[in-house]
Amino acid sequence: MSNTDYQDDEPDALEPELLPLDGWHRAKGARMVPFAGYLMPIQYEGIMAEHLWTRANAGLFDVSHMGQVQLSGPEVAEKLEALVPGDISALKQGRMRYSLLLSEDGGILDDLMITNMGDHLYIVVNGAVKYDDLGTLREELPDEITINLLDEQALLALQGPKAAYVLARLVPDITALTFMQAGQFDWNGVPLSISRSGYTGEDGFEISVPNDHVAALADALCAHDEVKPVGLGARDSLRLEAGLPLYGHDLDDQIDPVQAGLAFAISKRRRVEGGFPGAVRILRNLTDGAPSQRVGFLVEGRQPVREGAAIFAGETEIGVMTSGGFAPSVDAPIAMGYVPIGFAAPGTSLSADVRGKRIPVTVTAMPFIPHTYVRQGAVK
Amino acid sequence: MTLYFTDEHEWIAVDGMTATVGITDYAQEQLGDIVFVELPAIGVKLTKGGDAAVVESVKAASDVYAPVSGSVTEVNPDLEGEPGLINSAPEASGWLFRLTLSDPSELDGLMDQAAYVDFLKSL
Repeated sequence: MSNTDYQDDEPDALEPELLPLDGWHRAKGARMVPFAGYLMPIQYEGIMAEHLWTRANAGLFDVSHMGQVQLSGPEVAEKLEALVPGDISALKQGRMRYSLLLSEDGGILDDLMITNMGDHLYIVVNGAVKYDDLGTLREELPDEITINLLDEQALLALQGPKAAYVLARLVPDITALTFMQAGQFDWNGVPLSISRSGYTGEDGFEISVPNDHVAALADALCAHDEVKPVGLGARDSLRLEAGLPLYGHDLDDQIDPVQAGLAFAISKRRRVEGGFPGAVRILRNLTDGAPSQRVGFLVEGRQPVREGAAIFAGETEIGVMTSGGFAPSVDAPIAMGYVPIGFAAPGTSLSADVRGKRIPVTVTAMPFIPHTYVRQGAVK
Repeated sequence: MTLYFTDEHEWIAVDGMTATVGITDYAQEQLGDIVFVELPAIGVKLTKGGDAAVVESVKAASDVYAPVSGSVTEVNPDLEGEPGLINSAPEASGWLFRLTLSDPSELDGLMDQAAYVDFLKSL
């Protein structure tokens, strides 16, 4: 028997680093695997149970492998706009925005969250490319912008319909936050930087906490019956159901934001003014349509269609799956991949090759499971 | 009936020339929730070490290799509707396929239960 997945994203990686919560995960029965340069908990009691628990209750995820970076200095928002297509200078204090770090030709170097914390910008980048990102930022931003990797901070995500109820028992003031808002809070004298955000499609929070206090916070959260620790495996199936792309799989430096279906991240003002890397290609794709497009697929039957599976229209190979697996809440296999624009309409019948067998798939609108974000102005 | 094990975490129950093959409890535990199984066609001739079946969990597809050579005579019909049998009863109703041995001497190189338990302890 040979397991063909869960391999390290970096084949030449050095000995994986340990998370601040390494011992805590092991004590909770986690199976640890190398991922993005760290030993990470892939699962505790099982991916299926953890996934369904998160959709019904609250899951606690350790995402401390991600890069937390502080940017400060004169006109830092305007300077960062030279690298991303979002309207960062219009971002108010306590607000955050999903954006994309772009290469010179408009390919995606990383996707990231940018938060205006008042006297600085706080950004969260993917773990697997965080050192590359730091290099890009240092190279492209002026010297007077200070770049500080917050490696003394751990990052937890509490996700699910009961996340707000539980977190409010520790930090009552978080109820003031709505989706994509952030602030500084205090928990028994421990400073917490909390945003109402996440990558599961559920309401939830991301909590930046000093490494020294992360185990106490994780214990305090898991002391509530509504909370269980959830591993990387369920994080992947949750984000896939939510239709959210994963960097290094669904996004890379050859794909631009329009192809990736992330045109919402290109702010209105920036569409008019340009001034971000690859603006010519990206603005042309916005007008004329991209040559290919990221789409979601429903898969016929029970056999999973996974990353790397070729997509066919009749006998012609037209694209490739970039993510796929069994979706516990859909109770069926789902996938996402890239196809030429002419095949991207929902309802288009195609097939995917799995070990020589053609599996019927149908293009479908994403998300596969509706998002349940708590938005500003929405009726609570 | 004699029970054998491989270092790829398959079990083989041999009765005369007939062998029933499955994956061990350790293997199902490692794979997690099984959602789909691809079984060999009846009549196909498997070669020891060659691809025999694919077991798919939520996230990963794992190959099951033929632990011995032989012709497939039967596959577990219950797995199509209930692949989770491999998790709940891997060494009983979660069996994968049966074959007729073509070279019983291949069994000599396999582990018995005690040896397999020692092997697991060494992992």
